[in-house]
Amino acid sequence: MTTTKTETPKLTGTENIKIPYYPGCTLKTTAKNFENSAVAAARALGIELLEIPRWNCCGTVFSLTDDDLIHHVASVRNFIRVQEMNDYGLVKNENRLVTLCAMCFNTLKSTNLRVKNNAEDLKKINDLMYREENYGGKVEVLHFLELLKSLGFEKIRDRVKKPLKGLKIAPYYGCMILRPQEIGIDDPEDPTIQRDLLLSLGADSVDTPYKRVCCGSYQTVKEKNIVAELAYDILSHARKEGAEAMATVCPLCAFNLDHRQKEVKASHSDFEEIPVFYVTQLMAIAFALENECYGFDQNYVDPRPLLASKSLIK
Amino acid sequence: MQENRSPIMDRIAEANKAATTGIDAKDIKDWITIYIMGKAYTVPADLTILTAMEYAGYKFVRGVGCRQGFCGACATVFRKKGDYKLQTGMACQTRAEDGMYLVQIPFSPAEKAEYDITKEPYEASVFIKYYPEVTRCVSCNTCTKACPQDLEVMDYIQAAIRGAFDSLSEVSFDCIQCGLCAIRCPAEIVQYNVAQLGRRMYGRYGQGVPEHLRKRVKEIAEGKFKQDMEKIIKCSTEELRKIYTEREKEPE
Amino acid sequence: MIKKVEITPENDKFLNKVNELSGQVVTLCEQCGTCSGGCPLVAEMDITPSQWMRLVQLGLKEVLDYKAVWVCASCFTCTVRCPRKIDVSKVAEALRQIILRKAIDYIDLKAIPKEELACLPQIALVSACRKFTG
Repeated sequence: MTTTKTETPKLTGTENIKIPYYPGCTLKTTAKNFENSAVAAARALGIELLEIPRWNCCGTVFSLTDDDLIHHVASVRNFIRVQEMNDYGLVKNENRLVTLCAMCFNTLKSTNLRVKNNAEDLKKINDLMYREENYGGKVEVLHFLELLKSLGFEKIRDRVKKPLKGLKIAPYYGCMILRPQEIGIDDPEDPTIQRDLLLSLGADSVDTPYKRVCCGSYQTVKEKNIVAELAYDILSHARKEGAEAMATVCPLCAFNLDHRQKEVKASHSDFEEIPVFYVTQLMAIAFALENECYGFDQNYVDPRPLLASKSLIK
Repeated sequence: MQENRSPIMDRIAEANKAATTGIDAKDIKDWITIYIMGKAYTVPADLTILTAMEYAGYKFVRGVGCRQGFCGACATVFRKKGDYKLQTGMACQTRAEDGMYLVQIPFSPAEKAEYDITKEPYEASVFIKYYPEVTRCVSCNTCTKACPQDLEVMDYIQAAIRGAFDSLSEVSFDCIQCGLCAIRCPAEIVQYNVAQLGRRMYGRYGQGVPEHLRKRVKEIAEGKFKQDMEKIIKCSTEELRKIYTEREKEPE
Repeated sequence: MIKKVEITPENDKFLNKVNELSGQVVTLCEQCGTCSGGCPLVAEMDITPSQWMRLVQLGLKEVLDYKAVWVCASCFTCTVRCPRKIDVSKVAEALRQIILRKAIDYIDLKAIPKEELACLPQIALVSACRKFTG
């Protein structure tokens, strides 16, 4: 299976770079630990994630009907904010927009692709937002993992102060950074980007075929038992392969795999809890950053006993 | 400032006389035609929408209030001649123009959530708990365009989605609850009620008690104003009226 | 079960509508079943993705009576695997939209328990609103 990969400019040296960063709503609330750990880890690597002023919710899912434009307005408005950051000199000639949340990434990138490929759609959206400056189609949407990859995992390995030795982590990718193909950042059937990152942090990466199987996504609102069944499959397979914890980059996957373990336990007596990390929390530990950025109190299954057993935290 | 009064102000005053004192039609120089709910009326030029409609014979029981642009009761929707844009404003603050199509919105139907802020934790989730429909916002900005107070309504709804009590309170502070945002919202959000919840939470938990208030409450408790209050309570209506009109006023 | 289907202009109209909304040519589907085989939620569905594709091909509006497209989580597994390069998830979205655009919502926000609303991450609710309310 071949994949279309985004060309990302190589970062040079260890110089400080400032890059527009789109957080998304959930990173300000239930996934605050994702944001805090990522911003701190990025800083340790010389990357400043500069929050986009006046950003708005992207809509979290890309509207799939051909005639619908109104649901793309939200994403395009954020691209205009990136333009403004350049206009006002907050960043210099930096049209890349970095996201952490996998759902925001998918929505923003899909919208960008649609309006870049369709001048008529873009004109209509620009006309609707006549109070804003026009979006010129120059923004590039990147996921944080792509940024790390462009930096080079060997550079990340150099920064590690406390290798995650003996920690067996199953990377879980979910859907939104893999599919559809023109949006995905890795092979949709056999992604490896999180594995490479985990290995550079000194952890053991546990491979399972469930790494790219959907967690049920927004079905968690109406059908949480369906989600609990999917979570049971994903988590128990990882356990069977020897994983001690999971790693993810999606706050909805994290919610479904971590917080819904309450429902999983209720329906499966054999189920054993397993911690779910944001991969950036693991970076923060390996970089020996300050404890405050870990945010483990927001994790449903407390990962601290596991980390303590590996002498990674006190 | 009487001597510097612009001719336009004189014309407005003259036109207003028609609605307020009922002067003879033959004494009015400038006339315009407006369409109230589709029916044409000829009214003196330079009236506000509210006084123009009153001149045309409408009597308002709802849809009118302070007539000063503060109370938010006279929400109005109109289209100007030759313009496709549906515009909104307060009828007491917007001038009637020739060829205008207009209607008053006496009330915007909306349910207000019931909550007890003393029992709510100061968490972002409070908005989604009571107004889950905020998550339907499509960032179209129609609410902002509709706001007669020129508030960034969309921005405060976005702040609500991510639980930013401080910026919501700041941005929505001048809301007069006219309801025009809610009437225009394609996501059927009732913005002003969401903002009210946010400001209440912020006022109670986020902002903290200001020092001057704490000081004054202490003074009251210590009986600093006890004598003055007792004096006022004993006053007759006449004496009260005198005290009120002669009271110290903040400079305008 | 054998069922006799009479194709009328009405059926064509429905097929065309789904094609237009989804931007796909549903008749290209050759019923190989790859979408159904890979769908992580198929066990919860009353008809499979390939079945809804077939019903649409025949222009049968009864496809709207099934729950399957509402169980779809738009994970795009079918999209990346279809050998005919049909975006099946877009067809599901088109079918949902046909209902939602009649102002018939699939979820009632006010019926979700308050304690559940208080713990759900925003992305869950925003996406559910976009997928399940019109």
